[in-house]
Amino acid sequence: MIHARDLTRTFKTKAGAVEAVRGLSLDVAEGELVAFLGPNGAGKSTSVRMLTTLLPPTSGTASVGGSDVVAEPAAVRRKIGYVGQKNGAGVYYKVRNELLTQGRAQRMDPAVARRRADELIEMLELTGLEDRTGAKLSGGQKRRLDVALGLMHNPEILFLDEPTTGLDPHSRANLWEHIDRLRKATGMTIFLTTHYLDEADTMAERVMIMDNGRLIADDTPARLKADLAGDRISVSLTSTTEAEQAAGIAANLPGARETEVCGYSVAVTVREGEAILPEFIRRLHEVGAQVATASVKRPTLDDVFLGLTGRSLRESAVG
Amino acid sequence: MTFAADVWTSFTREMKPLVSGWVWLAFGLVQPLLYIGLFVPLLGQVGIEGPSPLQWFIPGMIVMLTLFGTAMVGWSLTEELMSGVLERFLATPMSRPAMLMGRAMKELFPLVFQAVVMIVIAVPFGLQIFGPTMIYGLLLLGLFGIGVAALSYALAVAAKEDTSMFYMVSQSVALPLMLLGGVLLPMEMAPGWLYTASRFNPLTYLVEAERALFVGEFATMSVLYGSLVVLAVLIIGLAVGATTIRKATV
Repeated sequence: MIHARDLTRTFKTKAGAVEAVRGLSLDVAEGELVAFLGPNGAGKSTSVRMLTTLLPPTSGTASVGGSDVVAEPAAVRRKIGYVGQKNGAGVYYKVRNELLTQGRAQRMDPAVARRRADELIEMLELTGLEDRTGAKLSGGQKRRLDVALGLMHNPEILFLDEPTTGLDPHSRANLWEHIDRLRKATGMTIFLTTHYLDEADTMAERVMIMDNGRLIADDTPARLKADLAGDRISVSLTSTTEAEQAAGIAANLPGARETEVCGYSVAVTVREGEAILPEFIRRLHEVGAQVATASVKRPTLDDVFLGLTGRSLRESAVG
Repeated sequence: MTFAADVWTSFTREMKPLVSGWVWLAFGLVQPLLYIGLFVPLLGQVGIEGPSPLQWFIPGMIVMLTLFGTAMVGWSLTEELMSGVLERFLATPMSRPAMLMGRAMKELFPLVFQAVVMIVIAVPFGLQIFGPTMIYGLLLLGLFGIGVAALSYALAVAAKEDTSMFYMVSQSVALPLMLLGGVLLPMEMAPGWLYTASRFNPLTYLVEAERALFVGEFATMSVLYGSLVVLAVLIIGLAVGATTIRKATV
C-alpha cells in the first residue's frame, strides 16, 4: 500500500540546509498497522507529509495506494485519510457541518455523506455535539472529530500524525480504543507517528524507529526488543567470590552479552530471559553458589532506542 | 465542473459561521456611522461640489471599508494555517485555487451588506439614489474586494512563519493606499507632489469611478479607469493567490 524509495527532504533555514529526512525507504502492506517512533525532530512528520502529498520530496520516490505522490497527488488524496498533528476542525464551524464539508471536499455523494457523518458521530462518541463549534470541544473531542474527518470518505489508508499528543491519559486510551475498534472492523491500513513508547509497543504490529532523518530499525515490537535490547537477568548471591563465579557462568549462557558484576550481584543480557533463568540457576547450583534473589527485566522500546543510538528516547525529545 | 463545486464547497463552509455572526457585521457599521455623524458635517465647509457632500463622501467611505475589510481577511486564514485546518483540506482532492476563491467570494457578502446599509442610512441625511450606476459601483467594489482578499490570503500563506509580519505588511500597504486615494478629503487640495503620488495609486481611480457612479455618471473616463483597475486587481489577486496556495506546504 505504501512504498518509499530513498526519500529525502532538505529544508533551507537561515542556519543553512537542514536534512530532515535522509534516504527513507519503506514498504507497508495492506491492512498493516505501522508506527513511526522517534524523538521530536527525527523527521517523522516530514516523512508523513511527503507520503500524504503535503510536501514535495527533495529527491526519491513514493507511492501510496498505487499512485505516485508527486505525479498523481489527487489520486493519492482520494485514497488516504489524513489526521495531522494539529486540529483539523475550524473553531467557528459546527461539528456536523465540518464533516459534511469534508465529504464534499472528498467528492462524496451528499446523501452518502450525511449517512456517513451520522455513523461517524455515533462511532466516535460525538453524539450531542453535532451543533457545537470547534472552539467549544474538549481536547479529546477535538481529536475524535479530527479522526472522524479523516475517515469521512472511508479511505483505504489512514495516516495519523501524533494522534494522541497533548491528550490526557484517559483521552489517549479512549482514542486508542476507537482506533483499535475501527481497525478490527475495517482492516484499514493505518500509518501513525508517535513519540509515546508504550503506544507504539502495545498498538502497532510493526514499529519503524526513526532518528535524525533515518530509519534505524523496522520490525515487530517483540522482535526489536529481543534482537536489539534483550532481557536483562539479574541474580544476587551471598559473596563476591560467588558473584565472580556466577559471572563466568553467565558469560557462557546462550546469546549472553553485557555481563556485569556489582558487589554480590551479576547481570547479563540474553534473548529469552524467562527460558534461560532456570538454566542459569541450575548451573549456579551445580557449582554450589547460593542464589539469594533472581529477576528478569523485559526491555522496552526505549531500551531498543538506547541500544541503537546510545541515547534514551525520553532524553532525546527536543522541545 | 469540479472546480466550481470546490469553490462552492469552500464558499458555503465560510458562509455558515458568518450567517450566525451578524454581531460582527453590526459592529462593522459603528465606524462608518461615526464618520457620517462626526466627519461629514465638516465637509460642507470644505467646499465639495455636487448635490450633497454625502454623494462625494459615501463612495470614498465604502471603498475604505472594502479595502480594510478585505486586506485583513488573511488573518482568518492565518488562524487556520496555524491550526491544522488548511492542511486538512490540502490533503483532500479539492482544487487549491478553488479553496481560495470560495473564501474570497465569501468576503464579498459582508462588504456589499455594509455598503448597502451605509447607503440606506445616508439617504435621510441627503444622499440621492442613482440606482443602476450605484449597483454597478457595488459590483466593482465586490470584485475589487475579491482581488484584495486573494492577495491578503497569499500574504497570510507567505507570512505563515511570522504572524506579526502579516499585520505589518497588510497595514503598511493599506493605510498609505487609503490616504493617497483621496478617500477622506479631495486630492485636488493636496500639494503638487502628493497629488502626483496619488495618480500612481490604483485606489485613486477606483474612488474616482465610485464618485462618478454615485452621482449617476456612467460613460466617463473615470468609470472606465476604475473598472480597469478593478479588473487588474482581480486578475492579479487571483493569480498570485492561486500560485501561492498551490505551492503552500503548510
